[in-house]
Amino acid sequence: MKMELIQPFINAADAVLAQGLQCTTSIANLSMEEEAYRRKGIAALVWLTGDIEGRIILDLDPETAVRVASRMAGGELPESDELVRETVFELANQVIGNAITSLNDQGFHFRVHPPVLHTSEEGSRSSEDTEALVMCFETISGKIFMNIALRYTGRRHPDRAAVAG
Amino acid sequence: MEQFAPVRRSKDGQPVRYLIVDDSVFARKNLARMIESFGGQVASEAGDGLTAITEYDRTSPDIVLMDITMPQMEGIEAAEKIVQQHPEARIVMVSSVGYQENIVAALQRGARHFVQKPVKPDVLYEVIKYVLGDDAAVTNAAGAGA
Repeated sequence: MKMELIQPFINAADAVLAQGLQCTTSIANLSMEEEAYRRKGIAALVWLTGDIEGRIILDLDPETAVRVASRMAGGELPESDELVRETVFELANQVIGNAITSLNDQGFHFRVHPPVLHTSEEGSRSSEDTEALVMCFETISGKIFMNIALRYTGRRHPDRAAVAG
Repeated sequence: MEQFAPVRRSKDGQPVRYLIVDDSVFARKNLARMIESFGGQVASEAGDGLTAITEYDRTSPDIVLMDITMPQMEGIEAAEKIVQQHPEARIVMVSSVGYQENIVAALQRGARHFVQKPVKPDVLYEVIKYVLGDDAAVTNAAGAGA
């Protein structure tokens, strides 16, 4: 997987988490995986189709989700399934939205599908051309995992092909 | 949350009334908190573009904060339909998807401004003052009037 595809997601996650949580973040772990994805907690799964295809999973445990929601809201919030799900979805929307803004400005065009709850214990196994990058962001509210498996489809508009090489 | 000098309507000194449109309850609550910190009032909320149109007709808000990616009807289409019916409508698009094509499409179809998520309260505050223009007055204390 090309770094030019991944970097916008790392930058976006860093910016969204730093601003939303008002803290600095660091990447604690970064690994390439070809094994099936095992979710850590509540996971939002977003599919991309177009010049770039694949999926991104944002994953955090319920306690972390409540702490994140409380910090973003500026006050303690009671734990509920809806709050946890909404928080994970909104984080995924913001991170992916910011990342695709950057990729679109580089000339890539694709459709982002609405996030869905990733409920199975394991995701599908990555293939050779879509091996997944798994990142763990350490934040003041806990660990937030992002799993990216993307690939070029070769359908990119020819007059924009030079932009990202 | 940081408190801002209240922004009131110039014509009557009343709080600015907002319609918040976003399919995420969490995002709507966050925006509502920001609006309260600006001295504003939430007139109504909607979770999709179709509901936004009916809520605009029902509540006649001073400003609409509109997400783009939503079920049933997306924000840009909803903004266009509202502006067709109410040319005076002030609609600010609020979305995490901030690429140029989206921004230009929204502005061409009647939106007045664009704010990218995650929303910084100070940025939204300045955008609201700009969009309201002479129809808003910043007061130096809550309840001070126009």
